[in-house]
Amino acid sequence: MRPPTQSTDTPLQREPAVTIFERGAPGRRAFQCPTLDVPDVRVEELLPAHLRRVEPPRLPEVSEPEIVRHYVRLSKRNFDLDSGFYPLGSCTMKHNPRLHERVAALPGHARLHPLQDPERAQGALELMWNLERALSEISGLPHVCLQPSAGSHGELAGVLLTRAYHEARGETRHKVLTPDTAHGTNPATVTMAGFQVVKIATNPDGGVDLDDLRAKADTDVACLMLTNPNTLGLFDPNIQEIAKVVHEVGATLYYDGANLNAVMGLSRPGDMGFDIVHFNLHKSFTQPHGGGGPGSGPIAVSDRIEPFLPVPRIVRREASNGAAARGGDASFDLVEDWAGAKSIGRLRGFQGNYGCFVRSYAYIRSLGAPGLKDASETAVLNANYLLARLGELGVLKFLPLAYANAHSNASIPEGDEAVRGLCLHEFVLSGGPMKRNLQIKTLDLAKRMLDYGYHPPTVYFPLLVEEALMVEPTETETKETLDSFAEALAELLAEAAEDPEIALHAPYTTPVRRLDEVGAAKNPVIRQAF
Amino acid sequence: MTQYTSVTDSDLAAMLAAIGVSSVQEIFDRQIPQEVRLGRPLELPDGKSEQEVYEHMRALAAGNVSAEDELCFLGAGMYDHYVPSIVDMLMERSEFLTPYTPYQPEISQGGLQVMFEYQTAICELTGLPVSNASVYEGPSAVASAGYLAKLHNGRKRFVVSAGLHPHTLATLRTYAHGYGIEVVEVPLAGGVTDPSVWAEAIDQDTSAAIFAQPNFYGAVEDAAALSAAAKEAGGEQLVTIAQVDPIVLGVLAPPGECRVDVAVGEGQSLGNRLDYGGPSFGFFAAREDYLRRMPGRIAGETIDVDGRRGFVLTLQTREQHIRREKATSNICTSQALNALAGVVYLSWLGRRGFVELGELLLRRTHYAREELCALDGVSPLHSQPVVREFAVRLDADVAAVRRYCAAAGVNPGADLYALTGREEDRGGLLVAITERRSRADIDTLAQVLGEGVAAERLTTGDAGRGVEVGASA
Amino acid sequence: MSSYPDDLLYHPEHDWARIDSEDPNVAMLGITWFAQDALGEVVFFDPPSPGTIVHKDEPYAEVESVKAVSDVVAPLSGEIVEVNEKLADAPNAINDDPYGEGWLVRVRMSDPTERDALLDADAYSATLGA
Repeated sequence: MRPPTQSTDTPLQREPAVTIFERGAPGRRAFQCPTLDVPDVRVEELLPAHLRRVEPPRLPEVSEPEIVRHYVRLSKRNFDLDSGFYPLGSCTMKHNPRLHERVAALPGHARLHPLQDPERAQGALELMWNLERALSEISGLPHVCLQPSAGSHGELAGVLLTRAYHEARGETRHKVLTPDTAHGTNPATVTMAGFQVVKIATNPDGGVDLDDLRAKADTDVACLMLTNPNTLGLFDPNIQEIAKVVHEVGATLYYDGANLNAVMGLSRPGDMGFDIVHFNLHKSFTQPHGGGGPGSGPIAVSDRIEPFLPVPRIVRREASNGAAARGGDASFDLVEDWAGAKSIGRLRGFQGNYGCFVRSYAYIRSLGAPGLKDASETAVLNANYLLARLGELGVLKFLPLAYANAHSNASIPEGDEAVRGLCLHEFVLSGGPMKRNLQIKTLDLAKRMLDYGYHPPTVYFPLLVEEALMVEPTETETKETLDSFAEALAELLAEAAEDPEIALHAPYTTPVRRLDEVGAAKNPVIRQAF
Repeated sequence: MTQYTSVTDSDLAAMLAAIGVSSVQEIFDRQIPQEVRLGRPLELPDGKSEQEVYEHMRALAAGNVSAEDELCFLGAGMYDHYVPSIVDMLMERSEFLTPYTPYQPEISQGGLQVMFEYQTAICELTGLPVSNASVYEGPSAVASAGYLAKLHNGRKRFVVSAGLHPHTLATLRTYAHGYGIEVVEVPLAGGVTDPSVWAEAIDQDTSAAIFAQPNFYGAVEDAAALSAAAKEAGGEQLVTIAQVDPIVLGVLAPPGECRVDVAVGEGQSLGNRLDYGGPSFGFFAAREDYLRRMPGRIAGETIDVDGRRGFVLTLQTREQHIRREKATSNICTSQALNALAGVVYLSWLGRRGFVELGELLLRRTHYAREELCALDGVSPLHSQPVVREFAVRLDADVAAVRRYCAAAGVNPGADLYALTGREEDRGGLLVAITERRSRADIDTLAQVLGEGVAAERLTTGDAGRGVEVGASA
Repeated sequence: MSSYPDDLLYHPEHDWARIDSEDPNVAMLGITWFAQDALGEVVFFDPPSPGTIVHKDEPYAEVESVKAVSDVVAPLSGEIVEVNEKLADAPNAINDDPYGEGWLVRVRMSDPTERDALLDADAYSATLGA
């Protein structure tokens, strides 16, 4: 049954948006202040007037039931991964196991102060040490730092490490190379670290243009930042040659781990020749996305980069007189004052997002080596199957694969099928033919998909592809879900062929319909008007 | 197949047939050269059942002494406040926990409205008109604010107070080395930023003047005076930046009223757990002029085609994914879930509660400082007004005293010298007060600390420092 | 519909120059129809101050739409003598009338011979067809 093709005035649509500041009434409260049990000294005696606040902030005055009802109702205006398929390319929206929430909430983890003495935080340090070793094994690089707060923070670390590496060798280099398909955070990171971005062209197969790379790789280049598989979902078969070219001019090779979900247990960036790798614990390692954070972006590095790693560092010592509280054979320490002054220093307070470490570590222990490999194999299988189904249903005629890797063409059935190939864990389609033949753009497709109850894939990324649609199903989806999604997409296109107006004015059934983003940018209203 | 994947044998057969390959291996073989294939299993333990993993994680937790297990007066950037149960409940809801960043606003109104409410709350707390939807945490927020200043005025140095948190100073130096800024530190005098050294250090080549409120030693700075002096010496182009502890903004004058251009800080004390240091969130608020230079995400109010009120991510062109190398920062993730906890917590405290909490902290901190400084061998490091944290000097080996207290189930606070490395901080202890530390708890601290100091005393009676005695009793 | 008036000179980075009828050493600058179309609805333009020196082929300002920010490249070198203040409240003039009300700045040229390197309307349109 097709979803409605006009606004249906659902209950959620009828319910106006009311902020928490517009609720409540003077005098209502949820917090009961603990009784004053110390002398009731006047505030004026404790703080001179020029330091004191006069007008209190205009926070809400609401009771507890009002708060609960407000935020629970608000939550129902959100689509989420637990509720439905979320094939956002480059985001790895895989299932978030609830075991992880349970263990993260254990007081021994949740109520541990970051400055607790290491001898009395041995459980935490052991967990972090084990996580470091696991990430090291997964990446194929020996040294790990868990500190960066998210992927882009890990990238900044990588570029700062590169800078330190070159400076220690007495060199000043100015340029960082990135492919023109790179994720947006790469160029911004590079500039913030004081380098200049130089773009490398993509060849018709979707990989790095080796000639362009050779032309641009010189001794003023500090680093090449890459992800493999790349943002097109394609493995660059020339990766070893790329590594050779980069290393020959003395530059470092940095791996953006956003696409690690394709290769866990199958191929390792360290073995491909990368010097620095960052991980997104909120992608491959199930840290929930939380509507936009928190995340965590640990890094792994080779021996030559190791001296520059951020502090503090975790150390493991064989048990002697300071045996672990848990009676194990080793004890752990957190060392701020690492030998020599080569560390790039700190990237943030304390040790990093430990709550994310707990969850990711629980995941790695749950799956183990066989399970991680199964995750990547299934992620790749699911993506290829979905691509094949879309081919069978005629979707690829209007949304062809953006690039077909020369090494990957599976046998293509006879008929007017658009060229389809193999991919890894995600694939990129181009909505160009759809735009020209059906008069709807990728944006309209995405909006109509909302009425079908799916979160759309990533749209308009990478920028290199016309009307891009990036699809990453992940390994935790069933075949039935993939089939339903493919069928819905086919139906959507058939509907557009009949009447493009439907998609052009979609969605119809969501709590709000298309929003005026231009108005919001021209006249930003970013806080409550009182 | 694991508990999270579902490909049965019959699924597999159908899927491989549709793809047109004979095995999953073939899909990899055709795309990834053999030379970079791992070719062996990962050297990691086998997977375990949920029950086994739970037991393992519980055992690890048991290896930690948390604020559940001892009386905790540790602070120095993160604090053991009481997090109400409604925060936990709301953070665990699927609809808040599991979605991605709101790129499709029609189905993300919950998350976008939460951002808008959070931004409003931060503006109210700081007295500044513009806030983003959160950044990672405190110290990197200061580094980000510094970058904003550099983009704004193109000048070459930061003048920073030694009262900033040591992690902030370290982070700032790391970032500044990257974006090419010299960092000059101004010492404290009598516990607060030395005003004359501060004014002298700042000039027309100073990009930003940065201080903490309260400072790392718990002292309340004269923020208005520091900002005014900075603007006087550096001109209007100079950006004044304050790292602020948000929980005390019910009683302290807000940065917006103290000529602070950018107020940032660590948001953990607002409804977030300790979690051994993260995740939490950082807040970032500024004057109107800096709206288009703000890093991170911002939610804005708008209407839909039918005139319904709604919210969208706005000013996204500033962010990494469109402006790319001209982006105002490289932040992609915000801390949406932690910011949700923050705004729920602030709603729970409410207008009156927020002030009451601040006043309670103020009074209990004052009481604690008096009690401790009345002990033999304990003296205040400074006598500035304090709100929730204060520093004392022990005439005893701090490490030994802390061990003594730990054995009695009390964590008396942080070893100052271990954190700052400054000679003048030797013997220093930083004591933090939250609403969870009752008078009885403070009395216990005084008791135990008194005993510990007595046991580890360096000098006799009330003689000054430097008079050696034999080994401690 | 796309339009490229004949009386203007064009730079390949989608910027135009109109030499002042009264003072041949002064030129008015803006972005072309192609540029405003690619950007989408303009939401913000922050002009450089009068007195700023601009250099041929280098960016001197940015135009911001909802989905992108674009550099505005100077077709000619010189000193900015006037900026279009009206764009602060109505940046969409850049979309609606890119060659008229949507003008960006006026410069006093430092090297009027640079005009010869610019394209005429036909030559510029040809670059778009490619």
